[in-house]
Amino acid sequence: MTKINNNALWMSGNEAIALGVYEAGVKVASGYPGTPSTEIMENLSKYEGVYTEWAPNEKVGLEVALGASFAGARALATMKHVGVNVAADPLFTASYTGVCGGLVLVSADDPEMHSSQNEQDNRNYAFAAKMPMLEPSDPSEAKELVKLAFDLSEDLDTPVMLRITTRVSHVKGVVEKGEINSSHAACGIKKIPGKLVMLPAIARKRRVVVEERMEKCRELAETATFNRVEEGDTKRGFITSGVSYLYVKEAFPEATVLKLGMCWPLPEKKIRDFASMVDELFIVEELDPFLETHIKAMGIDCRGKDCIPNQGELNTAIVRQSIDPDSGPELFKPVELPQRPPNMCAGCPHRGIFFNLSRMKVFVSGDIGCYTLGFLPPLSAMDSCVCMGASVPIAHGMAKALGGDSHNQVVSVIGDSTFIHSGITGLINTVYNNSASTLIILDNSITAMTGQQHNPTTGYNIKGEAASRLDMEALCRAVGVKHVYKVNPHDVVETRKVLKEAVELKEPSVVISEAPCVLLPEMKERKPVSYFTNQENCVGCMSCIRLGCPAISWTPFAEGEAEERGYRKKQKGISKIDEILCNDCGQCASLCKFNAITRGEGK
Amino acid sequence: MEDTGNILFSGVGGQGILLASEITVYALLSAGYDAKKSEVHGMAQRGGSVTAQLRYGKKVYSPLIEPGCADIQMAFEMMEAVRYLPFLHKGSKVIVNTQKILPPSVATGQAEYPKDVLNHLIERDIVVVPVDAFDIAKEVGEIKTANVVMVGALSTFLPIDPAIYEEVIRTRVPERFRDVNLQAFAAGRKVSE
Repeated sequence: MTKINNNALWMSGNEAIALGVYEAGVKVASGYPGTPSTEIMENLSKYEGVYTEWAPNEKVGLEVALGASFAGARALATMKHVGVNVAADPLFTASYTGVCGGLVLVSADDPEMHSSQNEQDNRNYAFAAKMPMLEPSDPSEAKELVKLAFDLSEDLDTPVMLRITTRVSHVKGVVEKGEINSSHAACGIKKIPGKLVMLPAIARKRRVVVEERMEKCRELAETATFNRVEEGDTKRGFITSGVSYLYVKEAFPEATVLKLGMCWPLPEKKIRDFASMVDELFIVEELDPFLETHIKAMGIDCRGKDCIPNQGELNTAIVRQSIDPDSGPELFKPVELPQRPPNMCAGCPHRGIFFNLSRMKVFVSGDIGCYTLGFLPPLSAMDSCVCMGASVPIAHGMAKALGGDSHNQVVSVIGDSTFIHSGITGLINTVYNNSASTLIILDNSITAMTGQQHNPTTGYNIKGEAASRLDMEALCRAVGVKHVYKVNPHDVVETRKVLKEAVELKEPSVVISEAPCVLLPEMKERKPVSYFTNQENCVGCMSCIRLGCPAISWTPFAEGEAEERGYRKKQKGISKIDEILCNDCGQCASLCKFNAITRGEGK
Repeated sequence: MEDTGNILFSGVGGQGILLASEITVYALLSAGYDAKKSEVHGMAQRGGSVTAQLRYGKKVYSPLIEPGCADIQMAFEMMEAVRYLPFLHKGSKVIVNTQKILPPSVATGQAEYPKDVLNHLIERDIVVVPVDAFDIAKEVGEIKTANVVMVGALSTFLPIDPAIYEEVIRTRVPERFRDVNLQAFAAGRKVSE
């Protein structure tokens, strides 16, 4: 956040939502990190008077927020789109209980999958769970709508979802500071079992209330200012919401637009009036034909996914050319260049594990985190990755299907935070239903991929204050794993021995790989000693190159160069360590059999 | 105030392209423009190819630059100056830090770093402004100001009084780094003037 003048701030959508939540007087906020949602909770934790926490997973996060709401507080839960799947169980029934204090769930969707495993459209949740959903287009509107969401939640006795996408979360724009709301009710215990105890007899009554509330919300949607008609040329009319609105405004600046700030429930009368006013009606939305399907169900003729893509992000050019195909400028074609995919950092502890796995004949059932990059060449050591926590049960299921001597054929790999999120239950199943697969827990002391968040295994809370630290080894033993090993992944050779031993066991085993993420502040502050290559000793065996470390590069020899420089005639080149990039992990040195890599004296 | 513009920042995750784009935004906002900037966080930041898109004008709706519409590209690495060619048009200006960072396929000997890679731009009538940002930053006395050297080189192409930039640097940079950053900005500006 940066101040431009007294009231205007330059901030991202996520920072703006945190500010809006603070201005709305929220008391309790919980969530699980996930791109593109993470910075909401991170920024909110810096405001005075708001309790914030990282929950072990999204279901817990939403339940914490629901509890705070039952106690009368305004409460928030944040997560990425796939996190809502994890939280769906409490979500669907919270729709029946309704709220005491205002309750808002922020779902941060990731069209185009910039940092996600799928691009599900969470607007469908609002329809399925029968609750209102607001959908801002930019940071400024995100702040206004999240504040309004709390009022709406209390007025209609319902949780409210705020759906944002990557291009709202991680877009920066100008945002106006507003008033801080302190007028909402005080907290306290109210016993209202007829509203909060969802057993069948009561749930059936609340089910009726849900429909009445949605009807009220529909009426409100007809007149609310967040659903507005912007007048213009009526030859073509556009109904749109979220970030798509911005693309419509730029692609067709003359046209009339119905801009929906609330994408569920829909204002049927307003839509009907708008449709009757225009010659041709277009529905512009990213991903699913959500608005289109519901508008067509009203019997209104419109165009949408017949011309606008239902995959990936939209932009101004896509919107314009989908509707007017010949309108685009001629573009330069891309030049073929070596790809630059993301890579594990120099000194990343995960590399030592995946290097070993790449040398073992096993199926690697992977999980969600930085370590998913173990899939990329030259390591190419991950064979499946589906969702948070899935690595463990998938390995168990494969072992059961393969039967017989499959105990040494399948391993699963999971990070510390992901293990706590939803890997534990899988491990309990592996032990209880007895398969001999090996689980490797990559404990790097942080939730790394989303930008360094604490979790129950790190010993610190969201504010960096000391907190209870979960003992991973004791936990594994407590669920019944008899064989628990700990390894230092930077010692590649020793780690291989332990992995081989664990994999050969005919009982469940866990290997905990312990070494901190190199991006941790304390790791960045330390003065790493660099390794360097004694090039006269290098025989060009490429053992170190196969680690795929960004600090090590290969220099090929030209014809005759090897002999000229005093190497064996057949040697193809030598490796070199970039001493500035080197992070002092020593994995390459533990692999070099020719004394060609030595630890230096410091940078 | 009629000027609108699209600036594409490109580089490799971890190079600090976000800081350079922020200083540019503050100067635009101080000069009275509206602006939006789009970034991508998460997995791509781990040493992969990264971009930030900055748009400014009287009123900006979309945070994304249309293909063929980037007026200026500020590239922090030579190959990354060429990767986003479809965003550029004839006459686009590309300010490029003449640094090479080897992608994994090149570092492991599977591929070669393309020779004279900037020729792809020059051949297409794109204006290339090479900047030895690290050398200039070293001469100024602080290698970490390479970003600000680049901001200086970019500044001559924008309708902003240099005094506004200097004010932004004075107010945003911690005092002990202020002078060296002002010098880095001036040195960068000299490259493209």
